[in-house]
Amino acid sequence: MKGPELLEQHVGRLVTSAGAFFPGERAVFRGHDLHASLKDLDWLELYLFGITGRRYTLQQMKVLHALWTYTSYPDARLWNNRVAALAGTARSTGNLGIAAALAVSEAQIYGWGAALRASEFLTRARIRVDAGEDLKELVRAELESERGIAGYGRPIVSADERIAPMMALVREQGLDGGEHLKLAFEVEKILLAGRWRLHMNYAALAAALAADFGMSPREYYFFGIPAFLAGMPPCYLDAAEKSEGLLFPLPCRIMLYEGVSSRRWKPLEKSDLADG
Amino acid sequence: METIRTRIWQEEAEPDNAFAALSCHCHGYDVYGDLLINASWIEYLFLLFRGEAPSPQQARLLEGLAMALANPGPRDAAVHAAMCGGVGGSTSASCLMAALAVGAGASGGAREVFIAMEDWLARGTDLTLWQTGLAVKPIDDPADVWPAPGHPAGFDPHGVRCTAPVLQTLTHLSSMDCGTSLAWLQLNRLPLESATRLPLAMSGVAAAALHDLGFTPAQGEMLHLLLRLPGAAVHALEQKDYGYKKFPFFSVELENDPGPAQDILAHAEDVA
Repeated sequence: MKGPELLEQHVGRLVTSAGAFFPGERAVFRGHDLHASLKDLDWLELYLFGITGRRYTLQQMKVLHALWTYTSYPDARLWNNRVAALAGTARSTGNLGIAAALAVSEAQIYGWGAALRASEFLTRARIRVDAGEDLKELVRAELESERGIAGYGRPIVSADERIAPMMALVREQGLDGGEHLKLAFEVEKILLAGRWRLHMNYAALAAALAADFGMSPREYYFFGIPAFLAGMPPCYLDAAEKSEGLLFPLPCRIMLYEGVSSRRWKPLEKSDLADG
Repeated sequence: METIRTRIWQEEAEPDNAFAALSCHCHGYDVYGDLLINASWIEYLFLLFRGEAPSPQQARLLEGLAMALANPGPRDAAVHAAMCGGVGGSTSASCLMAALAVGAGASGGAREVFIAMEDWLARGTDLTLWQTGLAVKPIDDPADVWPAPGHPAGFDPHGVRCTAPVLQTLTHLSSMDCGTSLAWLQLNRLPLESATRLPLAMSGVAAAALHDLGFTPAQGEMLHLLLRLPGAAVHALEQKDYGYKKFPFFSVELENDPGPAQDILAHAEDVA
């Protein structure tokens, strides 16, 4: 069946196993009663269950929580956070500012574009290495085709202050033996030894841990969506509590104009518009 | 001091206030002293994106396209999303953000236009290249945030034949004698539809028009997002007026319903 016939089958009805709410009665979340069998889940556990349909151990949950705790920076200079803060200084709503800041976090050089690529690379590399391929060669090929490896190197600075505390926690929880994690550090060793001099960044570490916990790149991408969220409200609130317009006011002189010189517009004749 | 580099915008400050502009120039033209008086909105739009004034044909083509795209109507997923905002009394910006998020997609949205414009760059007016390209199923890239498109860009995945509005738009826009893609598409629509076994969609016409206007795929994607917002806005406002009782809620068929929880039932009996 295809075309309008297929569409007709779906008019006005949703056939789903995601869940539903029965007003005044109950809510079902992925086949479970939200207020009965899932009522004791913490929020991140429920969020992950919604994405993967799976549950995680206490140790894994501790690490997964910390992954987002350690990257919640209330610094309004960061591009995504700045959106939330600008919403505050411009007296927009908190929800609009934070929703837009989250949307902006799906960037190519950081955030979810980079994280998804890091996860996909580590997952693919692990499969290939297991199949007998040489990791050095894989890294070289990736650098050649992609002009970089997502998860290695960092815009602005090279060191990543999140890695040491995260690894301390991972070791404390006895989760430092995963294959993706080992591979992520091996890739860093290769990149540091070569002329590239690229350190591993947090995206590769988080992607490796999530992969070791059984998440696919796509599951990891969804897990990551709220990663920067906790840092955003302070940025909005700080700007909103100050007088309006005081967050990064830009004087005219900040613009460095590199375009064409001043010129006069030649209006189209009315007949030009009519005749095309 | 850190700077913002721009080739688009130049400002001169008021003598007594560095934060207020005395004059603003866009690609060299005085916006408030010249463009405001002598240019139309559509010419200014073209200038902003392309950096040059449009020819009369280009201005007419962009205006025609803007008209064709302004309101896809309430059945469109992006407008539907905006109405979901309006009906619940959500903020105006959230209604438009909803329309942008949904209208960004590779199925009927701006990503589809982006991909179709890349096809125009790669295939030009070479029918064989188009036919070969359209026969290839879109590939899923697991490293890309965009889900794999389910059909060739620019065609209607559920269509039976090219609809009258699409044909009317194609005929009108291709008559404006601006670039070669629209005219070629008008002539070669049937062989292209045979290759995909799908009818041409509005996104396909939009991509050809944007390509003829000299926009890059990224510019075309932005313009498609922008030009469809008027319809989203008015339908969101309209549903806000009608109220939620007059807006469909639809029915659900749960495939894995566990039924009422026993402990909750027992508790309910205790309370009773």
